[in-house]
Amino acid sequence: MPGVAAYRGTFSAAQAERLLWRAGFGPRAGEAEALAALGLEGAVHALTNPGPEKLVGPKPHDEKGLPLAPYDAWGHDHCWWLDRMVRTSRPLVERMALVWHDWFATSNDGVSSQRLMLRQNQLFRDHGLGSFHDLLERVTADPAMLLWLNGSDNSKWSPNENYAREMMELFTLGAGRGYGERDVRQQARALTGFRNDWRNTVGPTNFRYDPGYHDTGVKTIFGHRGAYTWKGSVRLCVTHRDHASFLVRKLWSYFVPTAPDAATQGALERLYRHDGHALKPVVAAILRHPALYEGPRMVKSPVLYTAGLLRRIGRGVDTTSWTWLDAMAGQQLFRPPNVGGWDDTRWLDTATWRGRWWIAQYVLRPYSLDPGTSEQPFDAQALLAGALDFWRNPALGDTTHGALLAFAKAALADAGTTGWKRKEYAVMTHNALRHLIAVSPELQAA
Amino acid sequence: MSRDCRHCDGLSRSRFLHRAAAEAGRGLPAIEQGMPLPAGSGLSRRSFLAHGLGAALSVYGASRLGLGALEAGIAAAAGSPSAPVLVSVFLEGGADGLSVLSPQGDPLYRKLRPKLAIAGGTALREDDRLHWHPALGGLAQLYGEGKVTVMPAIGYTNADQSHFTSRHYWEVGATSTSLQTGWLGRYLDAVGTGDNPLQGLSLDDTLAPALATARVPVASLAGPDQYDFWSSNVWGEVEQRMLEGIGRLGAAQSDPALANAAFVSAQVDRLRTQLLPFQPADDGTPAYTSPVAYPQSADSDFPKKLAGLAAMLAAGLPLRAVALSAPGEYDTHSAQPAALSSGLKLTGDSLLAFQRDLEARGLADRVLVHVWSEFGRRAQENGSQGTDHGAAGTSFLVGSRVTGTMLGEFPGLRSGLDEDGNLRATSDFRAVYCSLLEQWLGVDAGRVIPQAGSFQRPKLIA
Repeated sequence: MPGVAAYRGTFSAAQAERLLWRAGFGPRAGEAEALAALGLEGAVHALTNPGPEKLVGPKPHDEKGLPLAPYDAWGHDHCWWLDRMVRTSRPLVERMALVWHDWFATSNDGVSSQRLMLRQNQLFRDHGLGSFHDLLERVTADPAMLLWLNGSDNSKWSPNENYAREMMELFTLGAGRGYGERDVRQQARALTGFRNDWRNTVGPTNFRYDPGYHDTGVKTIFGHRGAYTWKGSVRLCVTHRDHASFLVRKLWSYFVPTAPDAATQGALERLYRHDGHALKPVVAAILRHPALYEGPRMVKSPVLYTAGLLRRIGRGVDTTSWTWLDAMAGQQLFRPPNVGGWDDTRWLDTATWRGRWWIAQYVLRPYSLDPGTSEQPFDAQALLAGALDFWRNPALGDTTHGALLAFAKAALADAGTTGWKRKEYAVMTHNALRHLIAVSPELQAA
Repeated sequence: MSRDCRHCDGLSRSRFLHRAAAEAGRGLPAIEQGMPLPAGSGLSRRSFLAHGLGAALSVYGASRLGLGALEAGIAAAAGSPSAPVLVSVFLEGGADGLSVLSPQGDPLYRKLRPKLAIAGGTALREDDRLHWHPALGGLAQLYGEGKVTVMPAIGYTNADQSHFTSRHYWEVGATSTSLQTGWLGRYLDAVGTGDNPLQGLSLDDTLAPALATARVPVASLAGPDQYDFWSSNVWGEVEQRMLEGIGRLGAAQSDPALANAAFVSAQVDRLRTQLLPFQPADDGTPAYTSPVAYPQSADSDFPKKLAGLAAMLAAGLPLRAVALSAPGEYDTHSAQPAALSSGLKLTGDSLLAFQRDLEARGLADRVLVHVWSEFGRRAQENGSQGTDHGAAGTSFLVGSRVTGTMLGEFPGLRSGLDEDGNLRATSDFRAVYCSLLEQWLGVDAGRVIPQAGSFQRPKLIA
């Protein structure tokens, strides 16, 4: 059977950088060059087989220097994960965890337990490149998901269809593809049996499967009859004829902004089915595909934008402001807007753009130069070169380069011949250039 | 309060976005109204030290249109015949209906609320068991004039007691978690135009979900001081140039993602400059005057927003649906009495001033205010001078054109509670939406509300 097309062009630092944005959180200093040296095959292999995790860089802390309290303190969950994105030696593993967080979008708005949210997060980290069948089983029995979509409210006496519906509509098949309302009701029956207790001061606890709560009767699902349990329910979804096409299309969309052509779609579906619903080969094939390297850019999500800026300059998570800043920009981790996840086609508007301006401001603030005491050259070209160097020389197009240079020239011209202005305006222009570079189109999309 | 409440994480989502905007200035140079500008600047900060109305307009859902087209659309729509306006005022957190309209004439009230039962306030002429909260004198006055329709037990069957979920239901106009457009957004999709973002206006930091559209653009106006683009150690003329630089980054790009980022940069820049005519004077005086006095508040912009809204309507801006949050703390799990009084007072007094403002400007026949909360609270008070999440709550319609006739009865505390001890709904919010759409906004509810045919159409407009 025909395989999936692979990119055959030059694989230099530019291509490696794009791969690091799509399969991770952007390059740290020297990383793109190191990855390029492995060649495309080697690079994809390294990303998909990263070995044990090493966290590189300064440990995270809050603004008082205290360790994060991700289970307890509001917003620390977001920063805890952001730190993993910034410091990890396994960027694709963290990136896949983010994919699954969006795919099985569970919000602490409904779970009300950061501990359970982080437990689900670890599930995505541990199993995100394994088998989708296995992943879906684990998600179905995951406490945060059981709370979020009422899985533990679903009993033989009082069926709750919430999870059954979303499992098919959002997780495995797509809205209205190959199932009907009857299947929703029957799936809900099959999924009965999960329970949990509630204890004061602890909240939901003791999540378990209780056969006494399970509806043992015969169900008819997708035309199959059987006394299905939750495992049967999951299996029926994953083996449904419309599942592979749904999974491939959705998974692809996280890495490449344009839809796969029919040949690619078909080849990826065959690969997925052939390997028993293994995810790693499919992800690896997408990461090797020409469309990733030759196609258009993707707008970075707010968290990717933030993690990317921090990685670029080697700064760790040393404030919890990233939580509200990323929310301003439209993406607070563990709080997707609803079970459908974030809308990856609509990250930017004039409100969220302003959130990104503030993210850049908070990234830059510790490094900003004091116009009263610092020195910078009174030369627009030199100032721009210096500000680009601060960001480790990201590649900017001529349009953006020209816009930045025009700003710098105009700002310096305002100083005229006044001595103190010439000194201070040069420093301020340098600061402003750093900021404008950070919000330029090239740094918002990769 | 919500940060300490295990049950109320749902509140933090929007709350936190509000706070985020407020905190954005923390740690920055202390440049505020009345404080000196940094040495060497010598420039007016008019474009980014905005106070009052028009501080910032954020446009949503108009990515295919240039700003010039949007401006032209606003201008064209402003010259067309006046559409009816619906103003949605949200009491966030689940307002305690049994305090807002206290059933002092119900023999069980004091038994269920030994510490929290409200005393005083004027009785409703339609049901003398119920008394207006003493802090709601403003609404009671308008009620006396026949300008308030009271819904004493509104909700839906099988009430969801999650802030997030129940609020979402009210916002989307259906008990569905999957709808992604608001009920007012779908109304605007049905009747609005592709070039007028002001037709749906959120007077908050972010777009009110009820206004989320699929087809036409809508906008949000941030509060005072909140649309700022400062940068550390950049001020004066250089800062002005930097802000212009945001516009320079908006130059055309061929890659679609770069083009998207550039287009939004251009939007940010154009909106900032477009709003200069709305700027207040250097001493903070608004660019408009109100014919009536609004309440003064150091804690909330709510009265200022309503005053600005009346001024915008008077100026002929093409608004159709407006949404804003009421001041106050309504998720009153503890220390309920004080929290509730202050919020209700400012809300009621501001709505009274707004109505008087509209009347003075001759606009009162065009505007209707809908006051709602995501649910009411448990009939039995809890052990910490508070109340927990309940089911049916109270809602009001305010305006010169309402019938002023109570919608749904108060079901009483003996037979009117469900098995969880929460008030049963005697009116359905979706039925109210259907009637508002058809009787006030002039559009078939079937185009907006799912299963609209299954709801009654109570008469709401006189």
